[in-house]
Amino acid sequence: MTDDKLPWKVRLLPYLVLLCMLAFWELLAIRHIYPESSFPSPLSVAAGFKEEIQSNRLQNDLIASLFRVSIGFTLAVIIGIPIGLVLGLKLNTRTAFMPAINFFRNLSPLAWIPFAILWFGIGDKPAIFLIFLSSIFPIIIGTVAAVANIPAVYFRAANEYGIRGIALLTQVTLPAIMPQIITNLRVTAGLAWLVVVAAEMIAGKDGLGWAISDDRNGLRLDLIVVEMIVIGSIGVVLDRLIMRLTRIPSVRWGYER
Amino acid sequence: MSDKPLILHKISRSFGPVMAIEEISLEVHRHEFIAVVGPSGCGKSTLLNILSGADSPSTGSLAREGDVRMIYQEGGLFPWLTVSENIELGLRQFKDINERSAHLEELLTLIQLKEFARHYPHKLSGGMRQRVELARALAGTVDLLLMDEPFSALDYLSRLRMRQELARVLKERPRTVVFVTHDIEEAVQLADRVVILSERPARIRCELKISLPRPRSLTHPEVVAAVHHIIEEMGLENNSVSN
Repeated sequence: MTDDKLPWKVRLLPYLVLLCMLAFWELLAIRHIYPESSFPSPLSVAAGFKEEIQSNRLQNDLIASLFRVSIGFTLAVIIGIPIGLVLGLKLNTRTAFMPAINFFRNLSPLAWIPFAILWFGIGDKPAIFLIFLSSIFPIIIGTVAAVANIPAVYFRAANEYGIRGIALLTQVTLPAIMPQIITNLRVTAGLAWLVVVAAEMIAGKDGLGWAISDDRNGLRLDLIVVEMIVIGSIGVVLDRLIMRLTRIPSVRWGYER
Repeated sequence: MSDKPLILHKISRSFGPVMAIEEISLEVHRHEFIAVVGPSGCGKSTLLNILSGADSPSTGSLAREGDVRMIYQEGGLFPWLTVSENIELGLRQFKDINERSAHLEELLTLIQLKEFARHYPHKLSGGMRQRVELARALAGTVDLLLMDEPFSALDYLSRLRMRQELARVLKERPRTVVFVTHDIEEAVQLADRVVILSERPARIRCELKISLPRPRSLTHPEVVAAVHHIIEEMGLENNSVSN
């Protein structure tokens, strides 16, 4: 799972791929299949980057989007994992609630946008609400699955060694599901990052998603590409950050079988 | 403390119409090593579950003194804890940190895994993991050990080694052991008394006392004779082929 052990030549490969993509983009741009206004070249996008940074707009939008994702996602984790634990441990409660949770999980959070605007107005709150909705159901379902997969032998051993009550939760149940939880958080954070852009396009007054819709109205496709690059890169960075959690020694067992 | 920490009196267990074990009576003496041998699916696990308290008999009575520690075939170590931390679970009765770490040192030395104290179980071989599990079960003062085919997931050579290892460790830390296995050689090499179960429903077909001192060589004439005797008892000897 770790790519620290790969030879340096292999580790350079992803950058080579990116470079090839850039070259291919430039090639398409100089052939003028589409006019510059609808197919911005790498150079005009670079100029757009400069413009966006100098006007401070990119930084502000980035911070706004990151803020919303952090709040919405953190709330979903704080509320979703305990719910998942309860449902995972109690068969009857699980039987009762799982169909409803599955229903909401399969409902695109974007369908809630009209309600989000009517209930929360425009700005941070509707976006946070939508990110929360998009994250909490996958987090619950992932936690339930992880708890249900804990081998019974761990609970039997815990009982023999006198681990009960809260200690059973913190010393057995939680560490036993931690590797799966981290994998689940990676997937869900990616989802939340997708949703924030969509939410801001409709219910925002700043943020990267709103910037895209604003630049669409101004026909500034070069700036849209700037924002697309930032959104994709931040998504990669978020994923890398969560993946760092898999290096914690007490969860390594879940990834090295 | 009585001399018999475990007494089973006419224990039966049925699941609906299916009788798993029938009228098993057994008295286990302190620090005796009992091996329970039987064909697979005969109800050995049901018997262990009753002995450990995870299940109760349908009829009959069980008198058990004190707690039990179990060693599992599939491995009951917590993978998120290091070797030391796993063994320390067995030392929770000692509140004093110095006392606890002294016991830990002793156990690590006993299983000869001192240099692996800070390793996680998934980094160890199957045999090493079973030694750690053994140390965890021996930690503290719990006398009764239940072992559920503990070596059956190991390769043949590791299994041979673990038998010697178990005999050595028990000499230093005597315990009352009920050891369930389908491996006849293993039972004969380790046990003071081998209990042979019948096919389902499990009944005690016969018992065999073995007083040879441990460790016992696999090729010792008395071991070979006992293995032969058990194979015959279980009806596994092909009559048309004589040795």
